[in-house]
Amino acid sequence: MIKIKNLTATVNDGQQTILNGLSLEVPAGEVHAIMGPNGAGKSTLSYVLTGKDGYDVTDGSVDYLGQDLLAMEPEERAAAGMFLSFQYPLEIPGVPTMHFLRTALNAQRTARGEENMAAPEFLKKARQIATDLKIKPDMLKRSLNVGFSGGEKKRMEIFQMMMLEPKFIIMDETDSGLDVDALRIVADGVNALRAPDRGMLVITHYQRLLDYIVPDRVHVLADGKIVASGDADFAKLLEKEGYDKYAA
Amino acid sequence: MGEVKNIAKDAIEAKTVEGVAGLEADKYKYGFESDIEQEFAPKGLNEDIVRFISEKKNEPDWMLKWRLDAYARWLTMEEPTWAMVDYPKIDYQDAYYYAAPKSDKDGPKSLDEVDPDLLEVYKKLGIPLKEQEVLAGVQGAPRVAVDAVFDSVSVVTTFKEELAKVGVIFCPLSEAVQKHPELVKKYLGTVVPPTDNYFATLNTAVFSEGSFVYIPPGVRCPMELSTYFRMNAQGTGQFERTLIIADKGSYVSYLEGCTAPMRDENQLHAAVVELIVLEDAEIKYSTVQNWWPGDAEGKGGVYNFVTKRADCRGKNSKVSWTQVETGSAITWKYPSCVLRGDGSSGEFYSIAITNGFQQADTGTKMIHLGKNTKSRIISKGISAGKSNQTYRGLVSAHKKATGARNFTQCDSLLIGDQCGAHTVPYIETNTPSAQFEHEATTSKLSDEQLFYCRQRGLSEEDAVALLVNGFCRDVLQKLPMEFAVEAQKLVAISLEGSVG
Repeated sequence: MIKIKNLTATVNDGQQTILNGLSLEVPAGEVHAIMGPNGAGKSTLSYVLTGKDGYDVTDGSVDYLGQDLLAMEPEERAAAGMFLSFQYPLEIPGVPTMHFLRTALNAQRTARGEENMAAPEFLKKARQIATDLKIKPDMLKRSLNVGFSGGEKKRMEIFQMMMLEPKFIIMDETDSGLDVDALRIVADGVNALRAPDRGMLVITHYQRLLDYIVPDRVHVLADGKIVASGDADFAKLLEKEGYDKYAA
Repeated sequence: MGEVKNIAKDAIEAKTVEGVAGLEADKYKYGFESDIEQEFAPKGLNEDIVRFISEKKNEPDWMLKWRLDAYARWLTMEEPTWAMVDYPKIDYQDAYYYAAPKSDKDGPKSLDEVDPDLLEVYKKLGIPLKEQEVLAGVQGAPRVAVDAVFDSVSVVTTFKEELAKVGVIFCPLSEAVQKHPELVKKYLGTVVPPTDNYFATLNTAVFSEGSFVYIPPGVRCPMELSTYFRMNAQGTGQFERTLIIADKGSYVSYLEGCTAPMRDENQLHAAVVELIVLEDAEIKYSTVQNWWPGDAEGKGGVYNFVTKRADCRGKNSKVSWTQVETGSAITWKYPSCVLRGDGSSGEFYSIAITNGFQQADTGTKMIHLGKNTKSRIISKGISAGKSNQTYRGLVSAHKKATGARNFTQCDSLLIGDQCGAHTVPYIETNTPSAQFEHEATTSKLSDEQLFYCRQRGLSEEDAVALLVNGFCRDVLQKLPMEFAVEAQKLVAISLEGSVG
């Protein structure tokens, strides 16, 4: 589904290399976890894949469903099914959550040459997902993320994800700020989205999340590249032993 | 119920974003000129021109005298320079002061008789001449009476009969001078006197058209009244004069919307709007202004020097100004409230957007004279490109204005790093019991927010439009439904190309 080859990215006009020849392949239907020490480049990977400004890709390639991902604008990647659950979701003052989401959904659908989703269908779906995620209807009317707690913001990311039904999902530290109950709710939502044609990349610092979202593969990202990989049990080992031996 | 309303609103907002996406081809959508024959007064300004205008309007002597006095006064005045705007010297002799569509001579009785070219212009503008629907037998069309001002002469005045039933007078000012001279004589120039300021005095001398509204005591005007101004003749200055009187216990909501064709020459616009609000009456005045702001190099564009003032003359009278200012090369405008009657209140809700090389110096004056008068100011300024914007506001309390209260909030949003935003609040109080609050914020549209929106599938321009509309939401919500959609579109159109 996504093939990352030798990806190298720098910031500050090339003065600092964050990703250093990273290669990774996530086949459709699989969930891969990326773990690693602070500053290893985990968030950078998520931003480079989604096309944020400020990163210069100096080498490597990313093939996403047969397309050259790095040549696409962020919104084109979104329309092609790329979704990033942000580590720190942004506040959008004055824009009610439902309006934001409907605008986003229809923008994506238009880009894909699809009809807009009719209002009643949209509402019905939103209500169902909000109920599943235990999000109060009142929150959907409020400005997106404004005055939400950290946990609420994370839950709102998952809400958006479930509404948009992306093909490839990147979750950046989704577990931070969530208590155990919220974590379970969020994980249930994510697991419900597991499908043969959908891939996921779960970025996390702690193994805890992976008890709920069990990955097919676990990779260690250190010094800008994948330095070790294993199965779900590998995450437990990492938790126990730490990342020291992988860091340079 | 609330949800239904939200769906409707969401639907409209979504539609807006779509609509805007379709407008990319031409940044200034309305940049065309229609070629309806004009009947010009010769170029230039002198006493004869003033007489010519008055004669064209078939005005009584008192009106001509009023104009001539103002003209004589204007000759002795100097153009003000205190505003934070910079423009080349205006050559007042190099403009036309009167232009009227020729086909208006016999006065059309219905839309059928209206010059088809004219209707075509409105069609291009997308102006909802609701009467077209009504005439075509469209059921449930919202009632909006339109006194359409095409250049200088009102061409279509609609719904007169329905308004007449409740005694509301809504007609071109020139007609009011003929038919209701006693009302015009009693109120015209009493809020903005001929001596008020350079541009208002000029307007007094040469104004050629505008609207007149009178709402009798106790009447709630059954529809929103609206006027679409549109400048159409090359080099024709617009000198509109609007006079609205809400008699005791009455209510009216008035909408003013503007678009102008593209041109190279600067156009001078010096309008005067006077609102008179008597005891327990209320006027809600909403404006959407998107005159030609000038080209990418900042050339051309409308000079908009407007004097708008409301006089709350009775107890508990109420005025609210809502404005969305996106156009003009230069904007100089301070819709004000004189809170004379005890317990009267004034509101000012403003969105001003400047892009390219636009300059705006705008704000309001809340003059508290009566006891327990209240005022509220919410100003949202958005600067992009190389534009400059100033909020200039005065809140004052006379010594008799005990218990006066004001709340002011000025928020500025900067897009890019070449624009400027300035806030100049003047606060004066002569009574210790007055309570004035002022809050101000300045923020920058963040790259992080933009990326977040784009990651969700919005194009950069849609993202800007969404974020800015969010920033303005408090004020957009104050607009009547008819205007809210147009205003949101304008917000988006005005900021096209401002990022990246």
